[in-house]
Amino acid sequence: MINSLSLSIGITHFLVLSSLLFGIGLFGALAKRNAVMVLICIELMLNAVNINLVAFNKFVTPLAFIGQIWAIFVITVAAAEVGVGLAIIIAIYRNRLSVELDDFDWLKW
Amino acid sequence: MDNIFSIAAFYLLGLVILGSAILVVMLKNLVHCVLWLAVTFIAVAGLYMLLDADFLAMVQILVYAGAVCIMMVFAVMLTQRKDMKSSSLFNAQFRSAGLVAFLTAALSAYLAMRTAWTSTVMPVPPRTAEAIATLMLTKYVVPFEVAALLLLVALIGAIILAKEVKADD
Repeated sequence: MINSLSLSIGITHFLVLSSLLFGIGLFGALAKRNAVMVLICIELMLNAVNINLVAFNKFVTPLAFIGQIWAIFVITVAAAEVGVGLAIIIAIYRNRLSVELDDFDWLKW
Repeated sequence: MDNIFSIAAFYLLGLVILGSAILVVMLKNLVHCVLWLAVTFIAVAGLYMLLDADFLAMVQILVYAGAVCIMMVFAVMLTQRKDMKSSSLFNAQFRSAGLVAFLTAALSAYLAMRTAWTSTVMPVPPRTAEAIATLMLTKYVVPFEVAALLLLVALIGAIILAKEVKADD
C-alpha cells in the first residue's frame, strides 16, 4: 500500500497542480499593467478551478457527474465574461486611448 | 492510476501547464502571451482526457483554445497602438502581488496534501457525453436554461458596449 501510494497519481496531485496554476494566475491578475493581460490571468485561474472540479468528479463522485457539469457551467460563464470584459476594454480604450490599468482612475477621489 | 503511462502523462502535462502559464505571466510581448495561453489550454484539455472527461476536453479545446484565444488576439489588435515589444509589463506592486499569490498557492496546496480524501475506486462511465446530456435535460434543466439566457445577455451586452457611440451634440 505504501509502495503504490508514492507512485500512483491520486487526487492530491491534481489539487496541488491546480493550486500552483491558480497562484500563477493570481500573481498575473494582481501584478500586470495591461487590462487584456488581467483578463487572460483570470482565465488561467478559472482553468485551475476546472481542473479541481474534474478531478473531484473522477475520484469522489464518478457516477453523479456533478463535477463535469459544474465545469461546463464554469466554461459558459467564463466565455460570457471574456466577451463582456473585452467589450468594456474596447469601450474604455475608445475614450482614453489606453488599456493601462493605472490610467483608469475616474473613481479615485 | 498506477499505470506507468498515465503517471508519465500527468507529470508531462503538469510540466507543460505550469511552464506555459509562467511564460504567459512573464513574457513582455502580449501576442506571445496569448500564444502560450493556447498551449496552456490545450495541455489542460489533455489533463481532462487523463481524468476520463473526454467531452469536456473537446469543449475546452473548442471554447478556450479556439474562441477565447482568438477573442484575446482581437482585443490586442484593436487596442494596442504603441510598440508590441513591451506591451505586457508589471505594475509597481508586483512584489506584494507575488507574495500574496505565493501564500495563497502554498496554503491551498498544503491543505490539499493534509486532507485525507476519501476517493472511490468506481470508474467513470465510458460514455460521458450521453450521461451529461441526460442530466442536463432532466435534473439540471433550469441551470441549463439560465446559462443559455446568460449567454444571450452577454452577447447583447457585448454588442451594445463595443458599438460605436455617437456624440450627443
